Amino acid sequence: MKRTITCIVCPRGCTMSAEMKDGTITVTGNSCPRGEKHAISECTNPVRTLTSTVRVCNREDVMVPVKSAAPVPKEKMMQIMTRIRSACVAAPVNIGDVIVPDVCGTEMIATKEIR
Amino acid sequence: MAAAVAAYDAGCTDVLILDREPELGGILRQCIHAGFGLHKLGRELTGPEYADVYRREVLKRGIPALYETTVTAVSPDKVVTIRNRDGIQTIQAKAVILAMGCRERSRGALNIPGTRPAGIYSAGTAQKLINCEGYMVGKRVVILGSGDIGLIMARRLSLEGAKVEAVCELLPYSGGLTRNIVQCLEDFDIPLHLSTTVCEIHGKKRVEGVTIARVDEKRQPIEQTRRYIPCDTLLLSVGLIPENELTRAAGIPMDPVTNGALVDERCQTRMPGIFACGNVLQVHDLVDYVSDEAERAGRGAAAYVQERSASARCVAAKPGFGVRYVLPQCIHTDANEDVSLFLRVTQPFGNVKLTVRSGDAVLAEGKRLRAAPGEMEKLTIPAALLQTVTQDITVSLEVLA
Amino acid sequence: MCCPDWLGISAFWTNCVRFYDGGAVVKYDVAIIGAGVIGGMAARELSRYRLKICLLEQENDVAMGASKANSGIIHGGYDPEPGTLKAQMNAQGVPLLYEAAAELHVPCKQNGSFVCSFGSPEEDAAVEALLERGRANGIDGLSILTGEQARALEPNLSPEVTKVLNVPGAGIICPYELTIAAIGNAMDNGVELKRNFQVCAIEKRETFVLTSSAGERVEAGYLVNCAGGYADRIAAMAGDGSFTILPRAGEYLLLDKQEGGRVSRTMFQVPTKEGKGVLVTPTVDGNLLTGPTAGLVAGPDSTQTTQAGLAAVARLAARSVPSVDFRNVITSFCGVRSSERHGDFIIQASEQMPGLIHAAAIDSPGLTSCVAIAKRIVELLQSQGLTMTANEDWDGRREDPHKFRHMTQNEQNAFIQSHPAYGKIVCRCETVSEGEMREAIRRNPPAWDLDGVKRRTRGGMGRCQGGFCSPYVMKLIAQERGIAMEEVTKCGPGSEPLLGRL
Repeated sequence: MKRTITCIVCPRGCTMSAEMKDGTITVTGNSCPRGEKHAISECTNPVRTLTSTVRVCNREDVMVPVKSAAPVPKEKMMQIMTRIRSACVAAPVNIGDVIVPDVCGTEMIATKEIR
Repeated sequence: MAAAVAAYDAGCTDVLILDREPELGGILRQCIHAGFGLHKLGRELTGPEYADVYRREVLKRGIPALYETTVTAVSPDKVVTIRNRDGIQTIQAKAVILAMGCRERSRGALNIPGTRPAGIYSAGTAQKLINCEGYMVGKRVVILGSGDIGLIMARRLSLEGAKVEAVCELLPYSGGLTRNIVQCLEDFDIPLHLSTTVCEIHGKKRVEGVTIARVDEKRQPIEQTRRYIPCDTLLLSVGLIPENELTRAAGIPMDPVTNGALVDERCQTRMPGIFACGNVLQVHDLVDYVSDEAERAGRGAAAYVQERSASARCVAAKPGFGVRYVLPQCIHTDANEDVSLFLRVTQPFGNVKLTVRSGDAVLAEGKRLRAAPGEMEKLTIPAALLQTVTQDITVSLEVLA
Repeated sequence: MCCPDWLGISAFWTNCVRFYDGGAVVKYDVAIIGAGVIGGMAARELSRYRLKICLLEQENDVAMGASKANSGIIHGGYDPEPGTLKAQMNAQGVPLLYEAAAELHVPCKQNGSFVCSFGSPEEDAAVEALLERGRANGIDGLSILTGEQARALEPNLSPEVTKVLNVPGAGIICPYELTIAAIGNAMDNGVELKRNFQVCAIEKRETFVLTSSAGERVEAGYLVNCAGGYADRIAAMAGDGSFTILPRAGEYLLLDKQEGGRVSRTMFQVPTKEGKGVLVTPTVDGNLLTGPTAGLVAGPDSTQTTQAGLAAVARLAARSVPSVDFRNVITSFCGVRSSERHGDFIIQASEQMPGLIHAAAIDSPGLTSCVAIAKRIVELLQSQGLTMTANEDWDGRREDPHKFRHMTQNEQNAFIQSHPAYGKIVCRCETVSEGEMREAIRRNPPAWDLDGVKRRTRGGMGRCQGGFCSPYVMKLIAQERGIAMEEVTKCGPGSEPLLGRL
């Protein structure tokens, strides 16, 4: 089976081709090893870095932006969003603070300092 | 911030940052998605994280900043008039760096017929309301324009539970990065309609729907293809315009194609001592290039203050076939360092060669498997070659077989 | 003037609303239906007397109908047929309007106008006829110019123009600023403004009892019908079916200030039976306005713009001034004018219903005539038996809403020292400060929504069309009115930009 995959690792956006045969995946069209890795991951377990915001409960109309510390499975994103929406955090917050722990094997961490 | 840090590090330590917002970071503060810094910092950061890297550099050097301060005028002799809650003041600077960024094209500029209800947002305004203020702007959304902010917002709204009905793009190709089409639209099964526009807005108080239609070669809607889509929100991501009102008011000569000032390789405008960088100079697609450009402007401003100015040996850089614009528009041939040219092509091409020529001499060239107007290209002229240049420089594109 | 401390104002409003919700009927001497420029000017004229007056408006703000979307022209008076009410009101109205605008600090300018012929014998004859008509209407200063003479004065005028009627007395004014100022001044003199009061029933006993669609009731001895496109429906509710309003839509394109200098005068083309044709004019704010079209539409709320209409505006405007660059359009809009089949204003006491005065079918030159019409309304009320005693406390002046903008830099600096909010610029495109916006939300008639702040301050009216400042303005409205961000509207209930919190 052959699949065309547009690389999303960097802004270059290479068009790659991945061929699955006997349990091995051959990638062509990539410009770098990260592309190959991405193509294999897209065929086996597609993942994305998830970003969103969490309300800061002790500041009026302030949201702290968060991201997943590691990429999360694509199909779990909406499920994680439910967790994120119900979360809330008290300032001060530092970059890298864990805001939502333990989501699909990783955690949501703050990407902005809130004083 | 990058310009301030670079000027400081070049020995010009008396720097002041003026910003209209209550904190540093500009529009990056609302760009909570990842994808920043791969080129420049070698890691993938979100917008607020990328801004924080520079904020820390600013703080480390003790560079002062005035917040919630609006510059109302810059004069050719570098007197800056500012207004904030403390009053109106003038500051005499030796050099001024303009880094005001850009604004989004509005509905009015597009002239979409119909009613004028609530629920029509430029993508960036919606981004600010959602990401910074924490409010939902729409539940059923149509997006006009496939610029990166529009694509990013399609994903953001989908993640927050909204239904993005469609993204319409007037042109036959998207202006956004390919990776964003994949991870923002395809991941969420959002249809992208090319050569399609919103030709009417419906709804008295709040948007109730839009009529979309395919367009012909003259970009006029084709009557038979009109289709009504019910929605409560229309997001516009139809282009960015450098915010050059101060620049124009100062009488600084502009490039009608970039909508930014005409500059040399140090980002100096035609008004000595006034520099421009970032989206106010040319609309970028990568923040990494913005930082690079700002650093050049910062170093250039420091050199100007320290009276290490470039000579008058200057040639023009012009777009040739297939190239929409080239920046800088003027290059000092005795710059003594490699000079990078930034350009955009006129339309999508496959398998091309970009060549920088001066007369018959080739100064730089590069092959691209594909080139699109949405992706800025960079070619570098080595310092040694530059010194030999006497004629104007042209960058042109050649389609390879 | 210092900004008074208005904290608690929203609680005051809430209490008023609660009180009326209880079903108590408040009795007024006069109720005016419609807070447009005619209703507003009538309210101001009536506030010269010791009367209890209320001004009823179905929308969330004043000037929401034709008064916010028209050409903003003070017409020279050459157009109406001699002997009509229009001719009379126009001629009387011009000096009265300039006087009122000065008292109310509404910017206006006597920039003059040209009526252009493009060389056809009919158009040339029409220009001559307008000159005669203008003279018959008692208008001074009119003259005919050749194309060359006209282009010497207006270099961007089309080379196709062969003959021009020169109207030096014509001018430009911002129609909604005038309406807002008139109503603000009326309120300062005691008139009560009730918004979101859509009259749905009128009963006549000894007095008139008006019921709103929300069930609120108002009682008044006399009724003035200034309901614009809805004037025939209001008349019918009171049992007077004597006229029918024909709504006519006019689409406009407003261009950036970059284009504002294309012409200094207002450029008309020879009028047709639908209207005065597409004009090209500078506005008092320095933008360029082109339009209107003139097609009959379904109703007074048919204010949507159309692709064909906007294209026609651009095409016809370019006929007069070919160099206009329509890439610099910042917004388009549509206003619905109310005409009547006889073509004249209806300003009279109802024959069927004593105590009811109509000021209806006020299309062009209605804005020009508004003060004259208001004075006529006062006379008609008097003739209907309303006793008028002068109000010695009356003050027809209104403080300049743009006083800050009109200060020198030193004055501004001094003002910011005692009023820091004026130092914080919210709208960068039009340079409008937080202080000016807060003032617009506080002073009469207070802005309740985003569009209201925009019309009063120009904040959000510039190039970015509110892209940057609207979230901040929403916060200011929420704070000043003591409501949540989600409750802030663009133009009244149902137009909330935000659909809740994340």
